[in-house]
Amino acid sequence: MLEFEIVEEGQGKLIQPPDIEAFREWNRQKPKALVDKLMTEQEAISRFVHDGDYLATELYGTVRCPMSLTREIIRQGKKDLRIAGQGVLELDLLLAAGLVKQVEITYIGLEVYGVSSALRRAVESGQVEVVSDWSNGAIAWRFKAAAMGVPFIPVRSMLGSDTLKSSAAKVVKCPFTGQKVALLPALIVDVALIHVHRADRYGNAQIEGISGFAFELARAAKRLIISAEEIVPTEEIRRYPDRTIIPYFLVDAVVHAPFGSHPGEMCYCYARDEDIIREWAESSQTEEGAKAFLEKYVYSVRNHQEYLEKIGWERLEKLREKAEKRR
Amino acid sequence: MAARNYNLTELMICVASRLMPDSTTVFIGTGIPMLAAALAQKLHAPNLIPIFEFGGIGATLEELPLAVGEYNTFRKALAASGICDIMETATRGFIEYGFLGGAQIDPYGNLNSTVIGDYRRPKVRLPGSGGANDVGSLCWRTIIIMRHDRRRFVEKVDFITTPGYLWGPGAREAVGLPKGSGPYRVVTNLALLGFDEETKRMKLLATHPGITVQDVIENTGFELIIPDKVEQTEPPTEEELRVLREEIDPRGLYISKG
Repeated sequence: MLEFEIVEEGQGKLIQPPDIEAFREWNRQKPKALVDKLMTEQEAISRFVHDGDYLATELYGTVRCPMSLTREIIRQGKKDLRIAGQGVLELDLLLAAGLVKQVEITYIGLEVYGVSSALRRAVESGQVEVVSDWSNGAIAWRFKAAAMGVPFIPVRSMLGSDTLKSSAAKVVKCPFTGQKVALLPALIVDVALIHVHRADRYGNAQIEGISGFAFELARAAKRLIISAEEIVPTEEIRRYPDRTIIPYFLVDAVVHAPFGSHPGEMCYCYARDEDIIREWAESSQTEEGAKAFLEKYVYSVRNHQEYLEKIGWERLEKLREKAEKRR
Repeated sequence: MAARNYNLTELMICVASRLMPDSTTVFIGTGIPMLAAALAQKLHAPNLIPIFEFGGIGATLEELPLAVGEYNTFRKALAASGICDIMETATRGFIEYGFLGGAQIDPYGNLNSTVIGDYRRPKVRLPGSGGANDVGSLCWRTIIIMRHDRRRFVEKVDFITTPGYLWGPGAREAVGLPKGSGPYRVVTNLALLGFDEETKRMKLLATHPGITVQDVIENTGFELIIPDKVEQTEPPTEEELRVLREEIDPRGLYISKG
């Protein structure tokens, strides 16, 4: 028999070691009854996000992203958060608001607008600790392992790189073939936020377009908050159950959030609001600019409804028209 | 017909686009690869299959995507799946070309997009791997697109975010990376480069119009392999430039940067 030999170990800390037995126990006690979970952003965040939580968001900050929930976290000042860093705008805002303590990073940047100034300030000053680096595939696979209910998953990414050395992965020789593979520890997060196209009051949720890593993250979280563009009757869900990517028992809270991804986009619903995304890219270059942006778009409004009114319905309607034209 | 007035970004896009054959799968990241893929689809490769990390497979690139998950990455596409499926598709050997950028590159095509300086006390904290490591690990051939200067083309990168040929022949296989995969071309604003079969070190293939071999050497921080015969890149054609400027990037988001 071939040995299960550890060839190399990443030096990154594992800040959320997977406990798959505890996860099973946790999931067992989650209610299986169809109970109404519809609530406001304020209630969902205050009940299900705690200081020090390990938090993950999906998809990316400019695409189907739970921005109304993110802004509410900032308003409530949930602090010392640990995050899996696969993000654009949402993680940038949390970093700029000073609410993040540790990050397991894959990519935090502004895509077309370049590097994230908020990340640079936070990391280069030592305010935020980068505990490990991973690839995008690796973080998604870590959620997948958690979703499978197993403690790790073998993959062929990251081998031979400093990304692996800075992660908490281990390289082993496969006991069946002798092939070297990277083992990634499952990542079970305390709380996940996912924005969807539609959900019912119980949390049965459906997504259109690419699914990113919603399937995996929803199953890798102890608590899950769903925000949805549209709340539909359960009969609607039952008509096309094949479209349900997240069944209700995974979900703790359902928030009705039209334009919940704004200034990001929501495919088939509305386009991204380029001016505001650019405004963040520019103003976040300085700490004062970032604070001013947060004041303008987050702290100065009490809730998502007020945010939308501030943005203006006419402007939002144009984003809808733009998406409609592109179909 | 060859055009006269073009900038180096436009030239890089055209050179990259010509490296994309029709009816092949290409893994596309943000920026120049998106423009190159769109150009290829509109000109010589109508059945090019662009693949985007968050799930888009086979999009028709009519408008430029501004993010790797946005609608244009799966507009009029053949499939819209998710990141695990895409990365697993690459793991199974379905994706021929992967396009990458980076802040630093070394002679073996190892790429850094994580930190400048020490990892623990970085001078500059860059965004991190994103999908780059997966692309560079799992696609058959990676094509790197970068600006060419001595700060970027260095003997040793500060951090290997994405593996090239690591330390030389056989290294990728030795660490467990897929057999027969690795860097294939490097497209810069000065030249088109490849990798020597034997040593796996970077080799000059062609210089762009108006650029000499000496220019390339002076802007490279390590010893390049210079073959006896160095080709010259074909400049962009009028047609390439017209499509690029009028149809692909009419707002000049990328190409106006020169």
